[in-house]
Amino acid sequence: MDFALTADQRLMQASIAGVLGRVSPLARVRAFADSGEPTARDVWTALTALGLPGLLVPEEHGGLGLGLLDAALAAEALGAHVAPAPFLSSAVLAPIAFVAAGSPAQQSAWLPRLAAGEIIAGAVIHEAFAGARDAAGVTAEGGRLTGGSMFALDAQGADVLLVADRSGGLHLVVAKDARIAPLATIDATRRFAEVRFEGAPAEPLAGADALTRLRDAAFIVLAADMLGAAQAMLDKAVAYAQERRQFGRPIGAFQAVKHLCAEMAAELEPCRALVWYAAYAFDAIPAEAPLVAAHAKAHLSEVSRFVARTATEVHGGIGFTDLLGLHYWFKRVGVDRQLFGGPEQVREHAAHLQGL
Amino acid sequence: MDLAYGPPYQAFRDEVRAFLVTHRERFPAGADRAQVLAWQALLIAHGYAARAIPSVYGGFGAEPDILKSRIIAEEFAATRAPTGLAGQGISMFVPTLLELGTEAQKQQWIAPTLRGEVIWCQGYSEPGSGSDLASLTTRADEDGDDFVINGQKIWTSTAAQADMIFCLVRTEPGAPKHAGISYLIFSMKTPGIEVRPLTTMTGRAEFNEVFFTDVRVPKSQIVGARGEGWRVANATLRHERGMLGDPNAAEARFAELVALMKSETRDGARLIDHPVLRDRLMALQARVLAMKFNGLRVLTSQIAGESPGLAALIVKLQGCELNHQIAALAIDALGEAGVLYGDGEHLRAQGAWQWRYMFDLGLIIGGGTAQIQKNIIAERGLGLPREAKAAP
Repeated sequence: MDFALTADQRLMQASIAGVLGRVSPLARVRAFADSGEPTARDVWTALTALGLPGLLVPEEHGGLGLGLLDAALAAEALGAHVAPAPFLSSAVLAPIAFVAAGSPAQQSAWLPRLAAGEIIAGAVIHEAFAGARDAAGVTAEGGRLTGGSMFALDAQGADVLLVADRSGGLHLVVAKDARIAPLATIDATRRFAEVRFEGAPAEPLAGADALTRLRDAAFIVLAADMLGAAQAMLDKAVAYAQERRQFGRPIGAFQAVKHLCAEMAAELEPCRALVWYAAYAFDAIPAEAPLVAAHAKAHLSEVSRFVARTATEVHGGIGFTDLLGLHYWFKRVGVDRQLFGGPEQVREHAAHLQGL
Repeated sequence: MDLAYGPPYQAFRDEVRAFLVTHRERFPAGADRAQVLAWQALLIAHGYAARAIPSVYGGFGAEPDILKSRIIAEEFAATRAPTGLAGQGISMFVPTLLELGTEAQKQQWIAPTLRGEVIWCQGYSEPGSGSDLASLTTRADEDGDDFVINGQKIWTSTAAQADMIFCLVRTEPGAPKHAGISYLIFSMKTPGIEVRPLTTMTGRAEFNEVFFTDVRVPKSQIVGARGEGWRVANATLRHERGMLGDPNAAEARFAELVALMKSETRDGARLIDHPVLRDRLMALQARVLAMKFNGLRVLTSQIAGESPGLAALIVKLQGCELNHQIAALAIDALGEAGVLYGDGEHLRAQGAWQWRYMFDLGLIIGGGTAQIQKNIIAERGLGLPREAKAAP
């Protein structure tokens, strides 16, 4: 019985955090947010040097062959730095789709290039998880896709798109065969798009339960992103409460402020174990994974929203400014919360999974 | 990360299961004292109670092994077998005595306490000294070989049944408040002690007030040195805080709530099919799971001999609040039937949900209030500055 990270996992997470501190400081995040660049190539190149794109790619296809817990630890570091990186789509969803549903030929063709960071995969799957609105929906017929999808992940900078159709089938489409229009959200640290297909040639991925695995993985990695972002906001609030002085003492000496910090820590600390367990279960106890993944997504959505507003309040007026930049974390968790279904929808899914 | 128990632990689990199958007919049915004490003796003999207490003091004498303790707890819970006794004597006084008592005290008190023959109560809080416990004013004045005690304690949960009390008193009135306290142990039959039941908002008297009028206690009945009672008391409180907010209790209570919401109906519709109630239920399940896995994390740290840090500091605050919220949802789900109390044919679960909802508020306040817990989390866990102290 050992419910802790290994030394290797801690080292890996520290390495990612170190690299992000160097290549993706707040100034770089701002530059990405203010520009139209589809992908922060410099950040992705630095993360590729650490092997991030191939984290989940089996070793025989040139990846590291690690598990979802390792991916969640990477996501936590990315969330902590509000890093602009196509991690969820290209390093999590695409490799899992190929492993779960790809033919040997598809795996050999795509996985080594994904692992090497040569190509980036976008994910066009939102409606399959969260339902359709604004008449979205993709139909597959005769090897071609028609229709539109919203909240596509990292489609702008992608070479290839992983697409879910209306009936849950998965397809690969070369990105230049799709019409990709940016979808502006509150979170400018990541790229979202509305994607349209007009008879785009598509290569099917045939596996049966791949969509379920993709949903669980997406929930867990988004939860980890929120964990990292919320922990960073709490750390910033605690540091600020120690340094900011009013009425002749650090504001953190006042119980009104101190208790806000304690409440954030008390809510957030158990979330770490929830995310670890969900990610561990994804590989080691697959029967438990869907329920715990859903709870991790929904619960981190609630806790990170609470931490985001409370940490902003602890900072007082400066927390509300663009100058400090705390809003990048606030908005990051704001999008994570709604993406692929908000907490109410995910909790209904959790109830359904248990036959309640 | 590996949640599997290794083969030696699997063998140990099989052994516990076999024991529970073999001795099923000896489970004490109710509160029959002879049956309860016989069961306790059997558990100690097999190492399922007082497991890590040295055998010279009447324990089983095994090496401390957190995983084996956990396996015992899991298997007893799964079979709904009565666990070993866990009053304040066994859970709080015995560990304190093992840490800080004299050899003679250990010899005299630990074995009969473990066997359930001596019941203890805790004399800490006073009407004027709650969160600021060190301001306590119950006096113990020297008179020859005795201390003479005058004052009052409150929130003394088992005082009415207790044979003995471990009690904080002020023996050095001139010393600074933390340095003037001693930790005395004495019989509840000593002349001058009056116990009055303290009825709470639940309508029951789960606690008592204890009044001391010229109670004579030999000076030898002290644990630790004179004026060192605060240090001894803190050893006891560490053991108490470990008991409050247990995630296994929340998990069991959550399962009861699910069963309630599946079986209860209104106009033929199951409560669990009500979308708002269902959503609240799922939100609580996430919390139950988070606290359960947090418990695994704390356990792993303890096995490795590392400090679990924040993961342990938040357990009392979050665990007690979670239990309270589970009871709150049960009451809300029952609607107007949720307010039935006392007795009557329409009462659900003997009124347990309302009783828990009210009593939990006592647990949120007791054992270090939620606000004190937040101070501890902020100061020890996050390193925020301590509150400026008022002049003494």
